This record gives sequence, C-alpha cells and structure tokens, in this order.
Amino acid sequence: MAVLTIRDALNQALREEILRDENVFIMGEEVAEYDGAYKVTRGLWKEFGDKRVIDSPITELGFAALGVGAAMAGLRPVIEFMTWNFSILASDQIINHAAKMLYMSGGQFKVPIVFRGPNGSAFQVSSQHSQALEAFYANFPGLKVVMPSTPADAKGLLKSAIRDDNPIVFLEQERMYGNKGEVPEDEDFLIPLGVADIKREGTDCTIVARSMTVPLALQAAERIQTEYGVSVEVIDPRTIKPLDIDTIIDSVKKTNRLVIAEESHAFASVGAEITYQVMDHAFDYLDAPVKRLSCAEAPMPYAKNLEALALPDVDKIVAAVKDVCYL
Amino acid sequence: MPKAATRQKPEAKKTKASANGNGRPADNAAAKSGGIDLAQIELEKSEYLQRKASQLESIKRTDKKLLREMLYQMVLGRIFEEKCAEVYRMGKIGGFCHLYIGQEAIGVGSMMALKPTDMMITSYRDHVQAMIKGLSPESVMAELYGKAGGCVGGKGGSMHMFSKEHEFYGGHGIVGGQIGVGMGMSFAAKYKGTDQVTLCFFGEAAVNQGIFHESLNMAQLWKLPCIFICENNQYGMGTSQARAMSSRSIAKKADAFEMANEFVDGMDVMAVRDATIRAIERARRDGSPTLLEVRAYRYMGHSMSDPGNYRTREEIARYQERDPIVLFKDSLKEAKVLTDKDFEKIHNEAVEAVQRAVQFADESPFPDESALLTDVYA
Repeated sequence: MAVLTIRDALNQALREEILRDENVFIMGEEVAEYDGAYKVTRGLWKEFGDKRVIDSPITELGFAALGVGAAMAGLRPVIEFMTWNFSILASDQIINHAAKMLYMSGGQFKVPIVFRGPNGSAFQVSSQHSQALEAFYANFPGLKVVMPSTPADAKGLLKSAIRDDNPIVFLEQERMYGNKGEVPEDEDFLIPLGVADIKREGTDCTIVARSMTVPLALQAAERIQTEYGVSVEVIDPRTIKPLDIDTIIDSVKKTNRLVIAEESHAFASVGAEITYQVMDHAFDYLDAPVKRLSCAEAPMPYAKNLEALALPDVDKIVAAVKDVCYL
Repeated sequence: MPKAATRQKPEAKKTKASANGNGRPADNAAAKSGGIDLAQIELEKSEYLQRKASQLESIKRTDKKLLREMLYQMVLGRIFEEKCAEVYRMGKIGGFCHLYIGQEAIGVGSMMALKPTDMMITSYRDHVQAMIKGLSPESVMAELYGKAGGCVGGKGGSMHMFSKEHEFYGGHGIVGGQIGVGMGMSFAAKYKGTDQVTLCFFGEAAVNQGIFHESLNMAQLWKLPCIFICENNQYGMGTSQARAMSSRSIAKKADAFEMANEFVDGMDVMAVRDATIRAIERARRDGSPTLLEVRAYRYMGHSMSDPGNYRTREEIARYQERDPIVLFKDSLKEAKVLTDKDFEKIHNEAVEAVQRAVQFADESPFPDESALLTDVYA
C-alpha cells in the first residue's frame, strides 16, 4: 500500500472515477488551470482537459444548479466548493433542489451528484471561513453526509460517493489535507457509505469523533491509557447520514460511557443527535451522563489563542473522558 | 386614446415608448399606484394589429393539423384551469394552486415547436405546460387531487409535476431555482453531444433573483443550448413589475451577457412560436442560448388564495380584449383554416377531456401509506 496524504488520496479517487465513467466531471472555482485552491485536483485538468475538469466563475448558486440539472439529465457531477462556507450561497440548490428531486418527482429523477470541499476551521481564517456545516446538511432527508478522517477513508468514501445515485455532501477538512496514511491502490477500493469504523478498540469509554477530532481523540486515548490505565474506544462514523448508530450503541453497551468530540457548534448538533439515539437505545447501559465537546458558542475568532480556545483539543477530550469515568 | 395613437407611428417603436418595455414609460401614474399603465395595453394592441399580416403568413406556413392541435391545447389548458379553480373551491385540491389562464399562448407557442426529445423545466405554474409536453390531463388532475394516479403519485401536487418519459423536468417551487437547473440540463446535452435543446421557463419576478444572472452568464460563456423563456405576466404575486424592477426591459438584460434576445407578444401564439423556432435554430446550429421575454397577462390571482386587490377590473378587462385564444381562433378563421363549427368541436373535445380527468382523479385512490418513506433515497 502506498502512503498518501488525504489531499492525494482524494486526487486519486477523482482521477480513477473520471477514468472509469465518462459521465463524471469536476467543476468548481480554480479546480482546473490553477490545480485547485487546495490542490486536491492537481494535475487533473492537464490530464483530462476542459471537458472533464472545468473552472467555474465565482457563482456558487449557479454552478451548484448546473450540477443538479446535469445530474438529472444523466451526468455524475463532482462540484467543488472552495470551502463549504461558500456552499451557503448554494444551499437553495443543495437543499431545495438536489435533496428533494427524487421524492418530488415520485422517484423519476435521480440526482447523482457529489458536492465536496473543506469544511470547518482552518488556520486563523476567522468567522466566515471556519464553519462546520454537517448538522445543517444532515438535517434534510435526501442528502447523504460524508466526513472522512484518514487518507484511505477519503479515497474509498469519495469513490463510493461518486458512484452513489444520491446527492452527497462530502466534507473534507483543510487542516487535514496533509495528513498521511496507507491507501490501498485497488481501483475498486470502496468504503460503503453508512458504515462506521472503530479507529481504536477499548473497553472503558467510547469517544465518537469525526473529521478533525478523530486524530485528537486518538491522541487523547493514548494519553489516558498511559496516565490512567483507562482503555478508550474511538469510533469514527465516517458518514453522518446515514449514521451507523448500531456500531456506536454496541460500543456504549460495552464501555458504558460516551464522549462526543465535534468541531461544529453544539446547539442541535450531530453530537446532540447521537446523544439522543444512545439514550433511546442504550439508556440502561450508561454509567455516566454523555459528555459532548463542540465549538464555542461564538463565531470563530481570528486571534490564535481565541481560535484554539474555541475548538476541541486533546486536553479537553482527556478532561471529558476523566469526567465520565469519574477520575 | 390619443396618447396611444401617437405611439402607433412606426418611428415611435424606436423611442422609449415602445411596448417592449425598452425604457420606462415616463410619469407612469398607474405604476405608482401599483397597476399597469393602460396606455401600454393600447400600445400592445396596436403593435399586434400592425403585425397581424405576418401572423397570417406564419399560419399559412404551418401544418394545419398542428395549428388545430395548438388551438386544442390552448383551449384544453383554459378549461382545465377553470375546472381546477372550481374543484379547488370545493376542497378537492389543497395547498397552493397557480393557474395559467391568460398565458396559454406562451406554453403552446414555444413547447409545440420542440421535438419530443427536447427537455423542458418550469416554475410552479406548471399544470398546462405539463399537458402540452405530453402528460395526460388525468395524471395532472390526479396529482392535483393528491392521488396515487397522479404523475408523481401524489407526492408533488400542483407545483411539482414531473415526467421523465416526456423530458419534463418538473415544476419547481422556489422562484428562479429552476433557471439554474435548466441551464445544467442544457450543459448535459452539450456534454453528451445530443441535439437536445432545453426550454427553461420562469416568471418575470425570477429575473430579480441572483440565479437568473448566474445562469445566463454561464449559458452564454459556455454556449449552452438553453432557451430561457421569461413569462412576463407583469405581476410577482401582488407586486407589479414597475414596482420591482429598475430596468423594465427583461429581453435587454441579455445584452449584459451578450446573449441573443427577443421581446415577444405573449398573447400571439404564432409570434411565440416563430421566436422559439429562431431560438431553437440558434441552439441546434451554434449551441448558443437565447433569452425570450414573452409578455402576457395573468387573468387570475397569483394563486387561488390571492384576491387580486392590487389591480383594477378595467386592467383585466382590457387584456381580456386581446385574449390569446380569441386572437388565435379569429386569425385561423381569417386564414380559412378553421370554422366556428371546428372550434365548437375542439371546445367540446377539451371539455370532455377535462371531465375524464376529473373522473379519473376522483376515482383514483389516495397513495398507500407506505409511499411516505419511499423515493427519499435512490
């Protein structure tokens, strides 16, 4: 297996799917000649040309709509948002059009489209460029929401997303594009949507983390093991919708304790949903109230110290695990 | 109407006063009070009369069977919508219900110039356009009734008719949203190398939405075979165009994108047809888009829940003098293509078709409860 960054794993997935299916094309701001704002599409325009890799004007609502119409008419567009913050301009197309088309048309018009790009905070890019939008999009039936945290997951999930017949919200993380890991080279390496991955097995406490908080949770788990001898299980749902709640429930039934670490704001978050579902299915198994770490209830500040304060980190996760373990 | 009479001079068409809205009428008292300048209506009438000879020519060039079918579809659309209003008041149809009465010439004139494989997409004012594209009156009425026999099984209702079989990409409920989707459909046709054109309908109020400008820009930038048809019925709900749009000529907005455009009298079905044929030629030959501004008048309220207090009865009556069905019928008679007896027959056929549709809708069962959760994901 090759060791790749998440950026290159995504690139490989795009390349393979463009090669595999002539109906796959990628469109977005700076995806072609500029090689991608974050270089996820590096080299693709040179290899595949103007038809398959298309620079759009800065017109998020417009090119999201183009993708929806093209998908209804039989293509498989991959629409890149330079960041998901800009998708808010396009959310009418994602939510009102892509998500509802199959239903409104009584099953006649599928919308096989992937909207992708970096979600969440980056490095001091302040309030309008630092939002984690998974809870927003996951609220709407018809959309699938995917959040990889490793290079292998990034590749396998993106390939599955492109082959899926539904509109997919594919959320990457700018801070993680350079993270490295082993990636299978098989061109049909797919990770099914809706299947969680146990990133670390443990017996005493479960942490559910996603995207940026997965590596943080793994570090926290190691420290807790060393310092307190507590065995932490780390679960990455990988897809927020459909959510593999069974894997989380099974883990909680084993560990009896749950911490959720997320980059998004707390109110009505994915963590809130998981908390409800655990209460619904495993109330009698919990030995402590569920603990949740989210982004501070404020727009993201610019100052480095304030930004760090707003986000979950290893120390905060360690403290939360100690809390639910009564240490 | 001396004011309008002076505007009848041919040279007046080049001035700001021409009926195509190329420039705002000065001191538009009616606009200030919310309605339409009655002089504009007179002007439209006089321009139509000037154009009538060419309309007759156009009729002579067109297949008689097709002309008869066009008239039938207009009459069917009118009677169907009148029936909708009637059964809506009886509580048979729920939710919103936007009627097409007064705008029939736009759908018929444009869509009946298409090949069956061409695509179209429209707004929520979609019942009649669905039928013109080939959906049966039964399946449209049953959809309005929220019945299993509806074209989308009762899941969409008045605003969301669809038929993949007929390349009918739906009625859409967000003002302007479908403009971008239609542009995307035409992108797919170009990508796949088919000869399909896309007709993309929207009302004039949608022109103020960002998606209109974003879509026209990309369509022209990438030479997409999309025909944007603005159905200017002159009111966005209760707000007249004059109260909502700083620059009144919608056709001319295409100039900002260097896109071909035409202003068309939407009461004249042959004018709509001819303009659409020119646009289709442009799309198939050069793969390039067109914006058509087709001005008509919505006789009814925005939806069934709109009492229409924002305009006068006189304004409505003045437009009804130029009713698109009457104009077309009279021209067909003048061209000796149609007799009164023929028209009576067409009318009766349409009445019977609507009766069958209502009967079908009444008898169709409600959707099975299991339908609630199907078609959410593919």
